[in-house]
Amino acid sequence: MQGESLIVRDLDICATPPGEDERTIVSQINFALKPGEVMALIGESGSGKTTIALAMMGYARRGCRIAGGSVQLGETDILTLSAVETRALRGHRVTYIAQSAAAAFNPSRRLMDQVIEGALIHGVMDRQQARQKAIQLFGELALPDPEHIGDRYPHQVSGGQLQRLMAAMALITDPALVILDEPTTALDVTTQVDVLRAFKRVMRERGTTALYVSHDLAVVAQIADHVLVLQAGEEQEQGPIGQILDNPGHAYTRSLLAAARPETRVPTGLQSSGDELLRIDDLQVGYGRCDRNGLPNNVVLDHIQLRIDRGQALGVIGESGSGKSTLARAVAGLVAPSRGEVQFNCRELPPTLRGRTPDQFRRIQIVFQSADNALNPAHTVRRLLNRPLETYFQMSRDARQRRVEELMDLVKLPRTLLDRKPRELSGGQKQRVNLARALAAEPDLILCDEVTSALDTVVGAAILELLAELRRELGVAYLFISHDISTVRSLCDDVMVLYQGECVEFGPCSTVLNQPQHDYTRKLIGSVPELQPGWLEACEWSTHTQPTTAPV
Amino acid sequence: MNNTKAIPSAKDNRHQHAMAGSRLPVTSPKQRNRSRLQLTRWIGLGLFSFWLLVAMFGPLLSPYPMGAFVSDQIYGGASTAHLLGTDYMGRDMLSRMLTGARYTVGLALVAALLSSLVGAGFGMLTVLLPRWLEESVRRIFDTLISIPSKMMALVMVSAFGTSIPLLILAAVLSYAPGSFRIAHSLAKNLATLEYVQVARTRGEGRLYIAAVEIFPNMIQPVLTDMGMRFVFIVLLLSGMSFLGLGVQPPVADLGSLVRENIGGLSQGALAVIAPALAIGSLTVGANLLIDSLSNSRDNQKE
Amino acid sequence: MRDSLFGLVLGRLASSLITLLLVSLVIFAITSLLPGDTAQQVLGQFATPEQVEALRAQLGLNQPPLLRYWQWLSGFATGDLGRSASNGVDVIQLVNDRLPNSLLLAAITTVISVPVALIMGIAAAMRRGGVLDRTLNLITLSMVAVPEFLVATLAVLIFAVQLGWLPALSYVSTVDSLGAFMKVYAMPVLTLCSVLIAQMARMTRAALIDQLDSAYVEMARLKGVPPMRRVLRHALPNAVGPIANAVALSLSYLLGGVIIVETIFNYPGIASLMVDAVSNRDLALVQACAMIFCGAYLLLVMLADLCAILSNPRLRNR
Repeated sequence: MQGESLIVRDLDICATPPGEDERTIVSQINFALKPGEVMALIGESGSGKTTIALAMMGYARRGCRIAGGSVQLGETDILTLSAVETRALRGHRVTYIAQSAAAAFNPSRRLMDQVIEGALIHGVMDRQQARQKAIQLFGELALPDPEHIGDRYPHQVSGGQLQRLMAAMALITDPALVILDEPTTALDVTTQVDVLRAFKRVMRERGTTALYVSHDLAVVAQIADHVLVLQAGEEQEQGPIGQILDNPGHAYTRSLLAAARPETRVPTGLQSSGDELLRIDDLQVGYGRCDRNGLPNNVVLDHIQLRIDRGQALGVIGESGSGKSTLARAVAGLVAPSRGEVQFNCRELPPTLRGRTPDQFRRIQIVFQSADNALNPAHTVRRLLNRPLETYFQMSRDARQRRVEELMDLVKLPRTLLDRKPRELSGGQKQRVNLARALAAEPDLILCDEVTSALDTVVGAAILELLAELRRELGVAYLFISHDISTVRSLCDDVMVLYQGECVEFGPCSTVLNQPQHDYTRKLIGSVPELQPGWLEACEWSTHTQPTTAPV
Repeated sequence: MNNTKAIPSAKDNRHQHAMAGSRLPVTSPKQRNRSRLQLTRWIGLGLFSFWLLVAMFGPLLSPYPMGAFVSDQIYGGASTAHLLGTDYMGRDMLSRMLTGARYTVGLALVAALLSSLVGAGFGMLTVLLPRWLEESVRRIFDTLISIPSKMMALVMVSAFGTSIPLLILAAVLSYAPGSFRIAHSLAKNLATLEYVQVARTRGEGRLYIAAVEIFPNMIQPVLTDMGMRFVFIVLLLSGMSFLGLGVQPPVADLGSLVRENIGGLSQGALAVIAPALAIGSLTVGANLLIDSLSNSRDNQKE
Repeated sequence: MRDSLFGLVLGRLASSLITLLLVSLVIFAITSLLPGDTAQQVLGQFATPEQVEALRAQLGLNQPPLLRYWQWLSGFATGDLGRSASNGVDVIQLVNDRLPNSLLLAAITTVISVPVALIMGIAAAMRRGGVLDRTLNLITLSMVAVPEFLVATLAVLIFAVQLGWLPALSYVSTVDSLGAFMKVYAMPVLTLCSVLIAQMARMTRAALIDQLDSAYVEMARLKGVPPMRRVLRHALPNAVGPIANAVALSLSYLLGGVIIVETIFNYPGIASLMVDAVSNRDLALVQACAMIFCGAYLLLVMLADLCAILSNPRLRNR
């Protein structure tokens, strides 16, 4: 079966949030695809892109319903089918590749059984043929040991492999339409390249019509023919990929593009003073029981050396499992190093919280990734900001009150939010409160652990700008941990690349990121998709020779 | 917790909507569900607060003294003089039940409160203790939880004889461990959250972290748990009384009233059915109330 | 990596044994160390101190507590449970007479309640939010909070008093036909089942719904897998652990319920034996019965844990 055409007209989807009245979350979506074309739905969280994609299968999640419009796949009007006909369609003519393959595979069944289940249920082929076809697809998708990988269980293969297995599951019935829902978002960049390349090849070879849901314009640029930009359930703009990238018509599209292309300026606002603030010598951190030589069972970080000057920003880059968060936790005193020493302000920093002085506590602040968990949901913003002031400074009530308001101004939040609780704030606002709380201590060093990763690109870009500004104004130093090279590039002076717990490269951002010396750094930088079609074909990096690290 | 759990699939309606092209807002399934939730909550609230009021003011309203022999008829049926009939010795059942309810509700409330205080208190504090101490406290509670509640009460009664303080102690020993388990795992999860880590790196003390950062976020589940324990303790204590090993004459709780009058069962006497139904309505009411409250809280969270 | 699974199972067994040991310590401590003296009790208030002392020596009560605990425990291992204080019969004899009756009652209840509860729970989960689910929810929510003696008295009232179908009391000795057997066991089993089924059905439903909400069940749905197959092939295998736990927890509740039910129907089982022992303050007998109940409870919980371990694919196939 070849890809078929897809025509969507006036699609409306309503949702009923618990305890509230029904409202429209997707309205008046129209688009058309010719057979074999790939359409990308681009938008931020809550833009309705997944909801629209699922509607192509006649499916709405719990609490939602498709309220109107039509979806025409080839000759079939999908939304008028009966329940039995819809079921016959799903997993046969229309198939789905989910965002998190780790969650979408049943943990207690063998991979092969799950990959061929759709083909067997719909009677497309018999078990023997299905196995043959699956093994052939495994090979085409560059999975290791195609003959036997199907005999494993989901927890026995890596995240990148699972995502490719899911592609095999989706393609085994030669569907007329494939829906890919952020299929590479949960993967590390170096894995993402391989998976994208595998997807693209098998889809092109089969002439599959596809709908690709993503928040990442650079990824979409590699794989889509058309783009539909969504915001709050409404279309902002649609057109061929080249036109959207080079000549965006809508302001929202332009802001998305701007956020995806951060300026690669070297921060020159403040050159470091040359005063040493933090120095780490031969640090080793591990978990588990220590053996006779004091070496822990499970070493997460080893041989770490670094130095941060007053007012300087050091970026730490690494993929999941590289130990980058552990570095921040060790400096903060949340985990005790098994070897090495940390010097702060030219004095040795006690390895755990217990030995530290109030002044040391004040001077080092930590800001975590998930603003949801970093702010106590039981307290108001005012109370959250007040507490560090009470702890660290002798201030009158009035002075504290004034300082709290100042802090809100500093992070550009309206003072009216002071009496709200965290759940009444948006993600970006929460992250600003999170920053303000750290700033309240007037710290010398802020440990930023993936502070923009959980945010939408536009919101994350604004937080980055704020960080840069605060640094210029307050002279605070950052240990900035991220998996995203572009954020580090736009904020930091120096950069350290971590790979499996060890530093592979360290130096000024401009040198390391522009002329990387180590193979891993080169691969890491080379794997970040660029905002131009055809980058994927030109990209030479591949992880086939190396074991992929499974995302945690 | 997923708030949408209770919503029936909207997809099943999809077919008709698309066919008719209807944009009309049909009655959303969620709303039907909401009103049902409200209904069980009101039933639960009504029953529970009724018994709470009876426990507080009942004895003031009782027409006769609890122990007075007021009728010649034993196992008498309902009459204007004796609304709930008379018992096996010709005493007024209504008066006896009004007083009995006070014992049933009061004892269970005290025991539930103590169980939660002990269990949740230890559960929260042990998170902040050194590992070995935490482990030993856990081991003790794990041992206690392995003794079924009725077994614990029976063993204690066999050794010490029955008395009201002993019954409360038995209930606390049986139900505090469960409360501990829940509070401990809640506190343990909360303690790994990032805002607690932030507080630790701010140099906050253990007590501050427990009281300000952890406690406010576990108070609701702990209260729900206390409600559940109240129901279990009512069942335990009235069960003991029913066996004749609980509250002893001359005082009587609802369970003892069932036991006293069990001889009237073959005649279908009101004296045995009324107190049994009373206990049932108290526990069912409390259970409905707790369930609807914890459901609606799950919904709010989202 | 089979070894690690084996190790896990072994660890679980060992931890159960340790808990049982600790439980025995608690039971022994409550019954023999803290309270007034058994000797005093046996002889009554008017015994002379010399008589009491003599009996204490005879019973071994003046030995150090730990030694007595050890003797008691080793007695358990060899089947010597001591002697009943009230009628002088060996405890093991009394237990042997009664235990089979209780086990039979528990077995019948289990065989009936587990399948019914599982079917109810699965049906409610599949029809979530539907009329069936809501009705079952209301019924089970009420039933779990109802005391057994209410169910029992109502059952007697309806089936024995009003309808006259069944005898109000159970006489196990008169069972000589299937009809008689049904008559004897109908009401005790009905009473036990009603609460038990409600509890297990609720927990089964909750465990299954957890799985039905997962991403992989949605994926199965998007593959066009029919509803029945989604539940039985996809969700259920992953819910085995929680469901086994629910069943064990509920069955351990059966231990409590059986005490009331045996008493109310005058059923000659081990629970009514224990209640009598408590009334007579026959401590040796109470200890033995309590250990049997706690041992049964721990066994159930352990079996459930083993079920959960063995059904977890991550542990089964590393």
